[in-house]
Amino acid sequence: MDYLSLISIFSAAFAVAFGAIGPALAEGRAVAAAMDAIARQPEAANTISRTLFVGLAMIETTAIYCLVISLLLLFANPLLG
Amino acid sequence: MNSPLQANVLFQLGPVPITEAVITTWAIMVILILGSFLLARHLDTLPGKRQAILELIVATLDIQIRETSGAAPAPYRGFIGTLFLFILIANWSSLIPGITPPTAQLETDAALAILVFLSIIWFGISKGGVRGYFKSFAAPNLIMIPLNILESVTRIFSMFVRLFGNVMSGVFVIGIVASLAGLLVPIPLMALDLLTGLVQAYIFAVLAMVFITATVEESQPTVKDSPPASPPLEERES
Repeated sequence: MDYLSLISIFSAAFAVAFGAIGPALAEGRAVAAAMDAIARQPEAANTISRTLFVGLAMIETTAIYCLVISLLLLFANPLLG
Repeated sequence: MNSPLQANVLFQLGPVPITEAVITTWAIMVILILGSFLLARHLDTLPGKRQAILELIVATLDIQIRETSGAAPAPYRGFIGTLFLFILIANWSSLIPGITPPTAQLETDAALAILVFLSIIWFGISKGGVRGYFKSFAAPNLIMIPLNILESVTRIFSMFVRLFGNVMSGVFVIGIVASLAGLLVPIPLMALDLLTGLVQAYIFAVLAMVFITATVEESQPTVKDSPPASPPLEERES
């Protein structure tokens, strides 16, 4: 196997592995903060969870960019031809 | 293994290749249109079971739109509600064996996101006028114009990549697990996929609503130069 495809496979795994760390920590913090807020103010649970969902979607986007990059490397790599 | 970025062409219709996703999309459209036509045919002031369920759906949509945008839901109900129902049915269509959801193809998601992009322009112009719409790019001040133009494109891009990534990764993981472990093992993953599909449909609709509201609010005249009961912008300036 030539070295370019080896590097592509390695960097695809690398992108997903390390690209998932940041969003995972961020989503954990966001959910923890939302839980805290709901525990303090249970009557605002609807608003908080809706905002939480939208925020989680925003945070998750970075992880999904990594997924797309790794898919491009694996399935649509321009360097491998 | 098939690439998730490639479309599966079934047959050619003249010069147009017809993919699997196109057929599924049209089937979902037929189901939605026929279903809403048949279900909403005999509406009564004293609702039966069927009408009560329909009213429940519409009222839930209205509440969500009102809470997200803070405005009357009537102008947005059709677009946002159809977006939500279409994406929800498309995501859940993976439950039928042999059907991949059309939202797992990049093209379908891109088309939906472009619809949202156009509707932002439409609602921005129809609520604030052309001048108001262009003024919304200069909020909060003039330095932000390039960033705002960039943002209006990238947020649409991230919207469809998000939907594509979530739905496609669900389909992909189920395919891998089914090929490795056998027939019944991916069932819990499919249950998780149902939840993901619902959440993603909700997020897509809510984000579309948030973007439209942001543009509409910024294209309104500011409070200090508008009278309290303001007539539409075009009449006031002519």
